Amino acid sequence: MIEGILIGLSTALSLTNILMVMVGCFAGTIIGMLPGLGPMTAIALMIPITYGFDPSTGLILMAGVYYGAVFGGSTSSILLNAPGIPGTVATAFDGYPMAQQGKAGKALAIAAYSSFAGGTISAIFLLVAAPSLSKVSLAFRSPDYFALMILGLTAISAFSSKGQFLKAMMMVVLGLMLATVGQDSLSDITRFTFNNMNLTDGISFVLIVMATFAMSEALTIIFRGKDPNRAAKQISLTELGSIKVNKEETIKMAKTIPRSSILGFLIGVLPGAGATIASFLAYGMERNYVNEEEKQKFGKGSVHGLSAPETANNAACSGSFVPLLTLGIPGSGTTAVMLGALLGFGIQPGPRLYQTNPEIFWSVIMSMYIGMVVLLILNLPLIPYIARILAVPRNYLIPLILFFSVTGIYLMSFNNFDIFLMIGIAVVATFLRLYDFPMPPLILAFVLGGLMEETLRRSLLISDGSPNFLWDRPITLIILLITITIVGWQIFSTFRKKS
Amino acid sequence: MRISPTKFISLLFLVLSVFYLYTAYNIQVFAFDENAPFNARTFPIYLGWAGIILSSLKIILPEKITIEVNHKHLDYKSIIYLIIISLIYAAVILKIGYFISTSLFLFASYYFLGERRWGLMFILSFPFVAAFMYLLHGLLNIYLRDPFLKYIGVMG
Repeated sequence: MIEGILIGLSTALSLTNILMVMVGCFAGTIIGMLPGLGPMTAIALMIPITYGFDPSTGLILMAGVYYGAVFGGSTSSILLNAPGIPGTVATAFDGYPMAQQGKAGKALAIAAYSSFAGGTISAIFLLVAAPSLSKVSLAFRSPDYFALMILGLTAISAFSSKGQFLKAMMMVVLGLMLATVGQDSLSDITRFTFNNMNLTDGISFVLIVMATFAMSEALTIIFRGKDPNRAAKQISLTELGSIKVNKEETIKMAKTIPRSSILGFLIGVLPGAGATIASFLAYGMERNYVNEEEKQKFGKGSVHGLSAPETANNAACSGSFVPLLTLGIPGSGTTAVMLGALLGFGIQPGPRLYQTNPEIFWSVIMSMYIGMVVLLILNLPLIPYIARILAVPRNYLIPLILFFSVTGIYLMSFNNFDIFLMIGIAVVATFLRLYDFPMPPLILAFVLGGLMEETLRRSLLISDGSPNFLWDRPITLIILLITITIVGWQIFSTFRKKS
Repeated sequence: MRISPTKFISLLFLVLSVFYLYTAYNIQVFAFDENAPFNARTFPIYLGWAGIILSSLKIILPEKITIEVNHKHLDYKSIIYLIIISLIYAAVILKIGYFISTSLFLFASYYFLGERRWGLMFILSFPFVAAFMYLLHGLLNIYLRDPFLKYIGVMG
């Protein structure tokens, strides 16, 4: 492990990679601040830039964007009560009241310190857990992988959209359907191409991400008449106050951070869960832990109430890398985008990544520490200035997002069919979003589609077409039972609410 | 009878799934693969059935949360303009090259979204695209196909 850490450090501490972490954190913060534009959009917009880099640098840049976007989301939650991303909704519960009391600077500082501590502690967990889990996951067979992917897709459908399980599952099926377009990986038979040569290689992952996130988010902003600029102007005008945290507040944070970090990391590791659930659970757990006097302060500017979700959401971000790096199965929409980018670099994450590409495995982990430090020392003092940069009118922001989306696709294929296809998918996605059909399950399903078909193929061939493979191995059976429990719970909660 | 938009979308998804399933059954597989436990048709057939079952459930089951979208507040005009500009952009990008088409696309988008500060619109289109191209092509060494710039000798 020491050798791995040194490899990771030497890669992550190269001048280019440090610069990439800084650029990523900075760009991520700006994009994450804008209500509606989350880490997935931020990462998607960065994909064209990463074409020119080696895989480690590209992944480090995207990881920096990820943390930056989460931090940026917290900033708009605290200052405007307008969370940039769902994972920072719970931050607004106590962050915004604190800002209204003239302690916006302090709230931002608490959020930054908590994020830093949560991210750092969970990166240590990742350091320990990932190599061990990589070794364990070498024992996984095709049926286990297939069951695990079913679990991941079911979990993201259950957790990513409250009360919309069926809609999310429909999006999963749509994502898998889109993944089947093109040549079958084994027999080379073309499927669903309708004799169009442009579809023979299938639909590009970058195209789907750009269409369903970057482009469709830009269109949604225009469609709904939202103006992120309005929010940015308010940030510039807000009196931030001091960013100093006193001794009493530090003690409160010190109590909250360890338990929220553990919770956040564990939730992040679970497929489909992630920062949003982690932050809400941490908020609820913290409320149960504190004494009666502190409990009364929740929702009115409690340090515990602000620190807990902020710690947990950053810890969950690091946690979500565990299934990606060790199993090659992303647990969230954001890590699904990263998996797609890695596949684009010709790298297949999974248990063997640890052995075949140790520099990527370790440099991503080590860059997390660097990213956290960068966020703390670079972003916190720069928040008022970032807020001013953000006052980009909607009229400029939207065309620029569209421009980045189209450029990303053009760079990939130099083919205008892909651009037409992207526009078409973006329009459909915009309407689907309007009626609360969630997009992260679609992305995750699209990314996992090929691997899922491959593992199902192997499993069925081994079992001679019998579905027995689903319960022959204890680990497959356990994963399947967890999946059935999630589905059962969704059905139960639906009927309970009705009654 | 008024059908809710969610159910209407589910109905469209049902139609799509039926069509997908029909196409899946018609995928040509090799003769020796026809009766194999798994061939190129198997996974799509499962997906087609899954789509039919899920969309049918969504249509049949009563809706718990009805999503009301106020269409009067939606900016259809701007979005149609943007989509048309994007389609034109996609159609001409190969013919007139990346630099000119992208700069014109940005300029037109700013205009149709209501911007009238001509100087700023110009800076954020032509020089901005040139700077971006320099970043990609000049610094990051990412190939950017532009026949026009190649023709006038700006790009190698």
